Amino acid sequence: MSRLDLSSASPLGDARFRDVATAHAPFRLGRLILWAVILLVAANFAWIVAHNENFGWPVVIAHFFDPTVISGLYVSLGLTVVAMAIGTVLGLVLAIARMSKDGLANSFASLFIWFFRGTPLLVQLIFWYNLSTLFPRLSISIPFGPTLASWDTNSVITPMTAAIVGLALNEAAYMAEIIRGGLLSVDRGQTETAEAFGMTRARALWRIIIPQAMRSIVPPTGNQLISMIKATSLVSVIAMADLLYSVQSIYNRTFEIIPMLLVAVIWYLLITSVLNVGQSYIEAYYGRSERRNRTADKPAPVGAAVQEASH
Amino acid sequence: MSAAQTLAPLVRARDVHKSFDQLEVLKGIDLDVLPGEVVVILGPSGSGKSTFLRCINHLEAINKGFIAVDGEQIGYRLRGDRLEKLSANGIARQRRKIGMVFQQFNLYPHMTVLQNIIEAPVGIHGESRQVATRNAMNLLERVGLSEKAGSYPRQLSGGQQQRVAIARALAIKPKLMLFDEPTSALDPELVGEVLATMRDLAKQGLTMIVVTHEIGFAREAADRVVFMDGGKIVEMGSPDDVIGNPQHPRTKAFLSRFL
Ligand SMILES: Nc1ncnc2c1ncn2[C@@H]1O[C@H](COP(=O)(O)OP(=O)(O)OP(=O)(O)O)[C@@H](O)[C@H]1O
Ligand SMILES: [Mg+2]
Repeated sequence: MSRLDLSSASPLGDARFRDVATAHAPFRLGRLILWAVILLVAANFAWIVAHNENFGWPVVIAHFFDPTVISGLYVSLGLTVVAMAIGTVLGLVLAIARMSKDGLANSFASLFIWFFRGTPLLVQLIFWYNLSTLFPRLSISIPFGPTLASWDTNSVITPMTAAIVGLALNEAAYMAEIIRGGLLSVDRGQTETAEAFGMTRARALWRIIIPQAMRSIVPPTGNQLISMIKATSLVSVIAMADLLYSVQSIYNRTFEIIPMLLVAVIWYLLITSVLNVGQSYIEAYYGRSERRNRTADKPAPVGAAVQEASH
Repeated sequence: MSAAQTLAPLVRARDVHKSFDQLEVLKGIDLDVLPGEVVVILGPSGSGKSTFLRCINHLEAINKGFIAVDGEQIGYRLRGDRLEKLSANGIARQRRKIGMVFQQFNLYPHMTVLQNIIEAPVGIHGESRQVATRNAMNLLERVGLSEKAGSYPRQLSGGQQQRVAIARALAIKPKLMLFDEPTSALDPELVGEVLATMRDLAKQGLTMIVVTHEIGFAREAADRVVFMDGGKIVEMGSPDDVIGNPQHPRTKAFLSRFL
């Protein structure tokens, strides 16, 4: 008879088949050896670096919290935050303009992105810093008409404003494309649903599209932020006293080039590590609706749901 | 329906034409829908059913004729003797009394069920959060999903998602509900729960235009059945007439597949 005997098919009844609840992790000797070798090499490398006098660790430690270094650190961080904020907001505007059916907005945004992505940031910074040689005075006026207000360019464009404008406009061009990609990744049906409910364009974007686009906007934006921190070191060429500039100003006196650069390197690494942690929290936040098992079986109390709805 | 026949129609469509580039999809649709009436639109794939439904709330602009809902011409306004296109905000305002349920549910995936339902009442209709939440919980109870208020759409089955989508559309207290194949994306065993919800709404006197392939639903819940083919209405009447005793050869051919 070909009938299956169901009782012997039970995993608990057959010696060859066991309950998976009793399973153990397999012992992997190969991986263990690999780990040991890697740890050994890493420890050895760390030992060599730590005991190499040329690295000048005592100098690194002595200058790590040097007031000049700390103030340079503040400048780098401040520049990053301000330029990134302006760049993101402007990038959003450009992304929306780029996606609009309005020919004027669309071509202006395209031109902007084309120019600022197409030229080196270093050149842009020097250009902004030397704006006064091109336009000695900046003025607000009616095209071909009377002038309403006017300033001396050198009083407006300080190293600080040149750095902010340069970094922010360049960032805006990149953020525009990142944000546009994110907006395009959202299902077309979502826009349509928002429209069918009578939402205005702006509200649909703000409440429905952007929150969903964030999942694909955040990772490349984290990348941008980290590049931005390092890009702020370029402003040392326009005499902005950022982190790199301040360690340079110290080693120009003491000639302890490598130890001072190490100070800067360690600070840059510390900042990016903090940012990485921040990024993973933000990603978890925007991915919260993806976690399938959170409330699937265990109904959330209505009180909690109401509270969540008020965000 | 004899009482309803004395009322002014809620939806009036006259000679509605719609083309996508060279392709003429709607070739002169005339349809009146009375308040409280349930109209089911049947027809083969590509006959223009979804397009017609999307024209009613101006998701698609029509090329000729007019559509009016609740006494307002959709997408346009009369200024003196000139017909002018409405601004985006004007169109948004007109859409606020029309609920729509989509084949693919289209719930907002980043919001919980409750947030999905109160989004429009609070954000667009200016209801207070408390009132909207209470109303939403009542609607969830009506569609049998009270315990899912805090869940995200991905944590629900297709049938549950569609019932939430129906509750979400009802939350704006629409004068008219549009359903575009609400059960076509569902596994067969989930179709029943959605149709039951819709049958309830029909009984409660909601004005509904339903595009569906569920002949059983049309027979039971429709006041009127419209059969579309090739961008035209070829037959229209009571379910008993159109489904029970079709006259047009295209209707006969279409219905024969469901026997
Ligand atoms: N946005 C569009 N652009 C171009 N053609 C379109 C567009 N939308 C629909 N069409 C065409 O219009 C015709 C009618 O489409 P519609 O979706 O209204 O049919 P339907 O009756 O709803 O069919 P189904 O039962 O398959 O949903 C089809 O030939 C389709 O290819
Ligand atoms: Mg369709």
